[in-house]
Amino acid sequence: MSEILRCEHLHKDFGSKQALVDVSLTVESGKIIGLLGPNGAGKTTLIKLINGLLTPTTGKLYIESQEPGINTKPKVSYLPDVNYLNNWMSVEDIIKMFADFYEDFRPDLAFEMINRLGIDRKDRLKNLSKGNKEKVCLILVMSRSAKLYVLDEPIAGVDPATRDYIISTIINNYNPEASVLISTHLISDIESVLDEVIFIKDGRIVMHDTVDHIREEHGKSVDDLFREVFKW
Amino acid sequence: MEWSLDKKRPICPQICEKICILVATGSIGAGEKLASVREVALSAGVTPNTVQRSFEQLEQKGVIYSRRGSGWYVNEDIRVARETMRELVNSKTNAYLSDMHSLGLNNDDIINVIKEYQHE
Repeated sequence: MSEILRCEHLHKDFGSKQALVDVSLTVESGKIIGLLGPNGAGKTTLIKLINGLLTPTTGKLYIESQEPGINTKPKVSYLPDVNYLNNWMSVEDIIKMFADFYEDFRPDLAFEMINRLGIDRKDRLKNLSKGNKEKVCLILVMSRSAKLYVLDEPIAGVDPATRDYIISTIINNYNPEASVLISTHLISDIESVLDEVIFIKDGRIVMHDTVDHIREEHGKSVDDLFREVFKW
Repeated sequence: MEWSLDKKRPICPQICEKICILVATGSIGAGEKLASVREVALSAGVTPNTVQRSFEQLEQKGVIYSRRGSGWYVNEDIRVARETMRELVNSKTNAYLSDMHSLGLNNDDIINVIKEYQHE
């Protein structure tokens, strides 16, 4: 097991607002990790720091010992929480674009998953249902051979069958050399598929533990514990 | 197969129990090959790491063993799985009995309830 991600005393301020406060954590390879917290806790800010879309106010962050930049781009595969693809493009065009864009992208794998879903590769993105669009986005992200997959809210707003599909895609693409970081506030749907959970509240990490250890220690599901920790 | 995992309990021991039940009841025969870690992970909806850890614990207990490059197999000797099954039956019976005791029934009443229930 090797270290994929390390954060050391990260702070991120937006003006006078502190979005992240003294965040330190390490993520090892071969893990599926949940980044859990209510809206506005700082999940997306942390994810954007990992992707190099934001820079920390103070503190350091390393992906396989390198600070985010050109060298870490091939290592991180990122699913943003908003649709960023051109709606007029066909599924096929987007897959080809990704193959051009990312050296580690495997179009064969992407087409195979698209076929299995029964999505027509000639379909334009704008003609797909919300659920199918989310599936296509996930397939694109999971078809790369990255070290760290960062999925920002992949299961928000989809039906239970789509959610199951997303979860099984994550398990199916499991690779002991890589890790998956999933941010969500829908914990009960996803907790059994997680190795570890990170609770984040008001920009601070309040807990980082394994799912089984939490259940053993507290005698309750991660979801129940979450509701307790984040009670109003 | 239906996994129906309890969300309040750690996942690893639950996977171990399920495999022991399958072995003790003969659903997976002695010496037979188990599904792969990934297949079990997919059907149970849990992470492959948890399944791997469960299999390793079952190996330590002597329920299954791994063959290099080939996968996991059930031991010829299935006594440990049967023992686990017996413990499960005991603990579930205990839970049932204490539920019934709290409803004011004694053991004889409970036996009658079970007999009548069967006759229904």
